[in-house]
Amino acid sequence: MAFKGRVWKYGDNVNTDVIFPGKYTYTVSDPAQMAQYAMEDLDPRFAEQVRPGDVVVGGANFGCGSSREQAVTCLKMAGVGAIVAKSFGRIYYRNCINNALPALACAEAVDALQEGEEVEVDLEAGEIRVGSGTYHFPPLPSMALAMMEAGGLIPYTRKKLGLA
Amino acid sequence: MGMTFAEKVLASKAGLDRVVPGQIVEISPDVALSHDNAAAIYGIFKKIGVPSLARPETVVIILDHATPAPSTNHAENHRIIRQLVKEQGITHFYDVGEGICHQILVEKGLALPGEVVLGSDSHTPHAGVMGALAAGIGRSEMASIWATGALWLRVPESMRITVTGQLPEGVMSKDLALQVIGDLGADGALYMSVEWQGEAIAALDLSARATLPNIMAEMGAKNSFLPPDQKVLDYLQARAQRPFAVVLPDADARYEVDLVYDASDIRPMVARPHSVDNVAPVAQVAGTRVDQAFIGTCTNGRLEDLAAAAGVLKGRHVAPGTRLVVIPASREVYLQALRAGYLQTFVEAGGMVESPGCGPCMGNHLGVPAVGEVSISTANRNFQGRMGTKDSQVYLASPLVVAASAVAGKIAHPADL
Repeated sequence: MAFKGRVWKYGDNVNTDVIFPGKYTYTVSDPAQMAQYAMEDLDPRFAEQVRPGDVVVGGANFGCGSSREQAVTCLKMAGVGAIVAKSFGRIYYRNCINNALPALACAEAVDALQEGEEVEVDLEAGEIRVGSGTYHFPPLPSMALAMMEAGGLIPYTRKKLGLA
Repeated sequence: MGMTFAEKVLASKAGLDRVVPGQIVEISPDVALSHDNAAAIYGIFKKIGVPSLARPETVVIILDHATPAPSTNHAENHRIIRQLVKEQGITHFYDVGEGICHQILVEKGLALPGEVVLGSDSHTPHAGVMGALAAGIGRSEMASIWATGALWLRVPESMRITVTGQLPEGVMSKDLALQVIGDLGADGALYMSVEWQGEAIAALDLSARATLPNIMAEMGAKNSFLPPDQKVLDYLQARAQRPFAVVLPDADARYEVDLVYDASDIRPMVARPHSVDNVAPVAQVAGTRVDQAFIGTCTNGRLEDLAAAAGVLKGRHVAPGTRLVVIPASREVYLQALRAGYLQTFVEAGGMVESPGCGPCMGNHLGVPAVGEVSISTANRNFQGRMGTKDSQVYLASPLVVAASAVAGKIAHPADL
């Protein structure tokens, strides 16, 4: 599975509160509506201008902070195809896998990728391709891959329980 | 070679002789904790399609994030949760007003040594104060636990922090925590299990100890462990809801990172906006204007925290132009502080005392700042926008420093008053 999109580049320690502010956690419950608040306190242009397949790029510890899954859901619903970072906050990483949003740890790609440029991500080949070159990310753990293939943890659990 | 605390607990829970960092194990948690997000979790649970909880006796729901409800939306959220509690026969349910989930789990004897606590809240590592392996997870994961009783976990690498010596007068465990996070950074313990030990840790009361695992989430940790000693066993004597077995790390366990701190070197600290690792000695930021001081939260809203703050505020008054909000972490703490006269001290000093819960910590209600305002808080997180508006500044500090700052109207230590 490969897709193309534009790069939205941010720094280190992008936290869940700037991705999806806490004040909305009990007032906005419709996943589609969450997309309109994505990155509200980090980049006011984002929610309006993001397009399907776009790639969010962050530095170290992307998604640190709260366990709120809306910080993943809002990007997923906004059409983000993948997040590429140097490292991820632990719960955020789990939430990405559980929502079938590829979270790719690749420091070299992060350094190379430029804001706004077009990038191609190939999940099967484990490659991130841009003008400056091709960068490789380690394959996802097999359990994570199985979950992504099922479409996330919930369909995966349904399958496991023999309900799908 | 021996095993660390996390390795021992996860090996035992997975039915294996030993496990190594990086290994994936499937385990059944002893406690599955959620709070106001239980309504959303129930929605996901219903999508899975099983009619009832796999292990209802492990499910704990404690309402704390917006209590009492500040809006119809929040109230509706609580109503759905009360209904699901009835539908699913959940016995470990604590309604609004009881207190903050991490504090209640400890007080009610549900956070027990050697057990695994998984919670849909990032500060779940708090329960490590009782010697549990406690980690935060997401909502979908909690729904999956409700349906299956189990979840996968990655065996973490372990970090050991030995703290020798004794904290100086006027220095609290919060200062130690901020110093460590400042040194190691917001991702200093990413994915890791952080074990605390040493004479300085043993000397702390349980309330002061709890601040350490609570705030380790801000260093990226999966969980944090303090070895249960006689103080813990005495506390659990009349509270533990079931038998438990203490698990301690092996003496020859392997640690990825092994650090030693001397408590007597620690000074009063603050975390500056907008990151918990952006720390400085209080002396360096002293004099910064404060519009609002907030004493409370799962990090520092316990009796000993309120006692420390009351000691500063007794016979003094909050500075003109500055507001003080105090929120005890639980009903039990509230009652104890009431009987001890601390609440009267806060009110006489010009402060506001609110009912137990998370309050303004994540910007829900009970004292959110205005645009351009500066807050100083005893909480564990000061991300931009955390308290409601991105155009405000949040400093984090100990109850002593927050109380002194309320009196001075600017960041101060009690010794400066």
